[in-house]
Amino acid sequence: MTVSAVFYQLFQNVLVLLAAPLLMGWIAQCRAWLQNRRGAGVLQPYRNLLKLFHKDAVLAHDASQLFLFTPYILFACMWLAAALVPVIATDMPLSSAVDVIALVGIFALARVFISLAAMDIGTAFGSLGARREMLVGFLAEPALLMVLFTASTISQSTSLITIVEVLAHKQFVLYPSLAFASVAFVMVLLAENARIPVDNPSTHLELTMIHEAMVLEYSARHLALVEWAGALKMLAYMTMGIALFVPWGIAATGKWHALPLAVALMLLKLAVGGAGLALLETLSAKMRIFRVPEFMGTAFLLAVLGLLTHFLLEA
Amino acid sequence: MFDQFGALPIDFALGAVVGWLALGIAALLLQSSRFVTRFVFPAGAFCSLVLAAAGLGALTEPSTALLPLGMPDLPFHLRLDALSGFFLVLLGGANIGISLFSSGYFRTMAAPGLSLLGFQYHVFAAAMALVLMADDAYMFMVAWEAMALSSYFLVTTDHHLPEVRRAGFLYLLMAHIGAIAILMCFGVMQGGHGDYTFETMRHAHLSPFWASITFLLALFGFGAKAGILPLHAWLPEAHPAAPSPVSAVMSGIMLKTAIYGMLRVMFDLLHADQWWWGVLVLTLGLLTALFGVIFAAVQVDMKRLLAYSSIENIGIILAGIGLALIFHHFGKETLSALALTAALYHALNHAFMKGLLFMGTGAVLHATGERRLGKLGGLIRHMPKLALLMLVGTLAVAGLPPLNGFVSEWLLLQAFLFSPGLEHSYINMLVPIASASVALISALAGYVMVKFYGVIFLGQPREESIAHAHDAGIWERIGMTWMALNCIALGVFPVFVILRLDFVTQFLVHRSLGVSAAKTGWLLLTPIQAERASYGPLVLLLCIVGGMLLTILVVKRFYHGRMRRSAPWDCGFPAQTPRMQDTAEGFGQPIRQIFEWLLGVVRQLPTPFDQHPHYHSETRDRIWDLLYVPIKRLNEVLSAQVGRLQQGRIHHYLLFSFLTLLALLAFVK
Amino acid sequence: MAIPLTGQIINLCASLLLLIAFAMLSQRRILSLINLFALQGLVLSVSTAVVAYSSHQHHLYFSAALTLVLKVIVLPAILHRLIRRLNVRWDVETMFNIPTTMLIGIALVVFAFNLAAPISQMAGTITKSTLGIALACVLLSFLMMITRSKAVPQVVGFLSMENGLFFAATSATYGMPMVVELGIALDVLIGMFILGIFFFQIRAAFDSLDLRHMEKLKED
Repeated sequence: MTVSAVFYQLFQNVLVLLAAPLLMGWIAQCRAWLQNRRGAGVLQPYRNLLKLFHKDAVLAHDASQLFLFTPYILFACMWLAAALVPVIATDMPLSSAVDVIALVGIFALARVFISLAAMDIGTAFGSLGARREMLVGFLAEPALLMVLFTASTISQSTSLITIVEVLAHKQFVLYPSLAFASVAFVMVLLAENARIPVDNPSTHLELTMIHEAMVLEYSARHLALVEWAGALKMLAYMTMGIALFVPWGIAATGKWHALPLAVALMLLKLAVGGAGLALLETLSAKMRIFRVPEFMGTAFLLAVLGLLTHFLLEA
Repeated sequence: MFDQFGALPIDFALGAVVGWLALGIAALLLQSSRFVTRFVFPAGAFCSLVLAAAGLGALTEPSTALLPLGMPDLPFHLRLDALSGFFLVLLGGANIGISLFSSGYFRTMAAPGLSLLGFQYHVFAAAMALVLMADDAYMFMVAWEAMALSSYFLVTTDHHLPEVRRAGFLYLLMAHIGAIAILMCFGVMQGGHGDYTFETMRHAHLSPFWASITFLLALFGFGAKAGILPLHAWLPEAHPAAPSPVSAVMSGIMLKTAIYGMLRVMFDLLHADQWWWGVLVLTLGLLTALFGVIFAAVQVDMKRLLAYSSIENIGIILAGIGLALIFHHFGKETLSALALTAALYHALNHAFMKGLLFMGTGAVLHATGERRLGKLGGLIRHMPKLALLMLVGTLAVAGLPPLNGFVSEWLLLQAFLFSPGLEHSYINMLVPIASASVALISALAGYVMVKFYGVIFLGQPREESIAHAHDAGIWERIGMTWMALNCIALGVFPVFVILRLDFVTQFLVHRSLGVSAAKTGWLLLTPIQAERASYGPLVLLLCIVGGMLLTILVVKRFYHGRMRRSAPWDCGFPAQTPRMQDTAEGFGQPIRQIFEWLLGVVRQLPTPFDQHPHYHSETRDRIWDLLYVPIKRLNEVLSAQVGRLQQGRIHHYLLFSFLTLLALLAFVK
Repeated sequence: MAIPLTGQIINLCASLLLLIAFAMLSQRRILSLINLFALQGLVLSVSTAVVAYSSHQHHLYFSAALTLVLKVIVLPAILHRLIRRLNVRWDVETMFNIPTTMLIGIALVVFAFNLAAPISQMAGTITKSTLGIALACVLLSFLMMITRSKAVPQVVGFLSMENGLFFAATSATYGMPMVVELGIALDVLIGMFILGIFFFQIRAAFDSLDLRHMEKLKED
């Protein structure tokens, strides 16, 4: 563990923390432009967070300790996940402690805690949101795992750093299995981050809520942490997609001078990705809730097919 | 370590077994409930500790013993090698917690039933230990039968309830069908030499045909005890019928003795010859796991849910064993050791996790008198300490980092990923499909556990009667804390466990992971190679906890901590009753809808014209209707046919005896 | 062992074909089915052109152009006109639900690959590993024909089966003789016209294009 490695890790920790709301703001702004509106500006999420932190927290009478602790657990998990994905440098010591399977496990841990917290108050919305979230999760988690497995079998490792190094620095090879995996990954990204066509992030109608239903009872600083955690999750997923499918330009070990270029490239890729996501959201309509298992099942089977294609074509 | 006492580990193990038997007899003779709960069970816990220590010692120094009991010329052979030692650690370790829990749990039980229970419980534990230490088929079968009988009596403790009697009967029936298969398996394995010791069987070389017959008999026989598809029907009946500590022992430990039997026969005695054995075991394991978890998701009784979850976990262990068999056949010994390590680790984890959960349901049952999920809810407010312990168990069974369930799943997935191109192309295809199934199963397990914990402990109480629930007693909590601490320790310090497991894999496939697993220090788990895969659970835990503390500190420092309580927001709905939350059935509805073709769901819906609307929904086990009921009917038809022999005329009976005598004389000639 | 760039492009086209075949299996709307079929034809012509470039077999350029004209422009146009005149835009019912169909599809892919493995070892072309994918596309199109209950998706399944066969031909043996190819193309075109006429007849008889009504034709 060299000094530069620790520096890279801390730098990434701080960077993802500050950049996550910016990403959400950018996506919202792109959506507004596509819908011919002016939008609230890319800094709106920061203003929202600031407003929420200043408010008094209002909790239900029956909320338990689990309910109180969950925003912090969620925030810590998502911060860790976002800080792990190597996107500016490949010299990160935390990645040796958490590989792709553990990364999916961290997402699962966060999902279980937020579902339990949703069920804690005992309202109809909470249990509805928890049930739907676990339904989406039970198919999205294996799909994500299969996508990551495809990348792992190509690079013969489950360590995120090795995967990125192999995919970025090997000579340019077209991997058909990654074509399947990328389609599946986009579908999982939409589902897990509660975007259209799976869930509408700005709805408050019972018929259409999944994620919103779970955080209905949170307020003030707890809600701020939950929203920030959601932004970090989106950032983690986007950086994962970038690291798996367009990893070029990443700074290799020990090369300080490559860092500014790497950061600039990352911001550029995130911007393009965010705009693409906004375009995808604008072009699709939200699915009915019982079509969601079909959607997720298709994503899962596509991911399995990608892994199979690797075994059949490339091995 | 044991040299200081001048004795071998096997002596300590036998001492613990004798101690259990003595405690059991004492409990039966002195019909005092105070004696049983305050002395017998804690002393039993101490014997478990001794047994676990003996098992730990046996990992490094195997030992044998010969007891001159039993029949003349057929003494009991006992042997404590690495495999037995590991399972003894499992038995002893889990039993410490369960015994301590029992000493608090059974305080409300009356004396005659309790002393009988104390006797049966300790005979059960002693029989299981003897099964693990048996070195010849005779001792094995005696101990196996003792285990089955004592557990039957334990299951039917509440024998005045008809469904308990029915469950017990089914359990005994399946146990004996399995025992017959095991007996035949041993019969084939001894190869006609007449010597039933395992040592002889190890060196007897069977032809591939007979080896396959033995394998199938062993799979059937031990599978009936382990609860593999389609021999699982007794599990969801017997576990809810038994008292909770007994369910914990059965689910956590007894199922693992069947796994022990399988490993002993397949790897040690049969030397794991043919490729299709592994494929069969792997497929059967994955199907069992999928079946178990899907059925668990739609249950409305908390103990049945846990029973189906046990079926799922046994399926995963079996999948690991199958993978190890496949790799062993193709000569990839290191991968075989990895898959075996995953399977054994999962067995150890399951004993602690499931034991903890069953004990918790016992405490809930005592406090509320309710077993149905539809009547529980909101218990976290009345039973906070229990809820915390159960949260650890729930997260562990769901397979979430940094607890122990995740470590064994991680190892199993690594075993799938490391597999190189095998020569047989269909088996090569099996690997990605199997890994996809394992991922799906673990995601569904998370669903099941959220349902379990959320419906019981969170939300509002669904019945007013449970609003006066009291928390679990001190002994119950001590027992459960022991299990929870083990879950955490097994999850955060996996390298130490794997260094011990290496002795077992070394014994079974002559390869171990230890050297590479500890190369990067005790902090990181790196099977085989550090660049390929590494996992540091302690670092993960510290990062998450550190992140939480940092956030709490910063928020408290820069922003005020003002908080007030009020009614829930609920989108502005004014009227809110506990009936508005999900029932257990409602929470499982998405799974039921997706898998309706697999679950035999029988529903009776009310129509608009009903005077008294009635709703009934039942999830039937299709395998029961397709497999068990026809066999039962065939059995009845055959029995009716044979019953025709009972003519009532004495001449016919004499004729039968005479014919049998003639046949035997001709045969012996 | 590095495959040259053209080989990788052909592999990519092959997996895109497989992806499109799966997407057709999971589609509910007939309009998107026809568009996917056109996309499949496009990928096919691109892949044929690349094979022509890398193996210097110039007659394959002509095949690629023929595929482009026929399968990307003419046939989809005919189909679009057909469905507009028949006024069918939706196909909601399939025999099994969609995840089950896709599971069967995956099993078929595995089967096709295992079947094609020894043959592709004998072929001497650059694209030998794609024979399995071609066979899988054929089987998946057949599955689509079986699991649909309306007439137009069945026809699309038949056409994409022909696509798969064409891909198999280019990957194993560098294309079929020109005569055979022109003949097949003509057959397919005529077949389309005749099937279009049949659809009107079926519609006139049963007032719907649901093929399960045709069961009434059997003699009791």
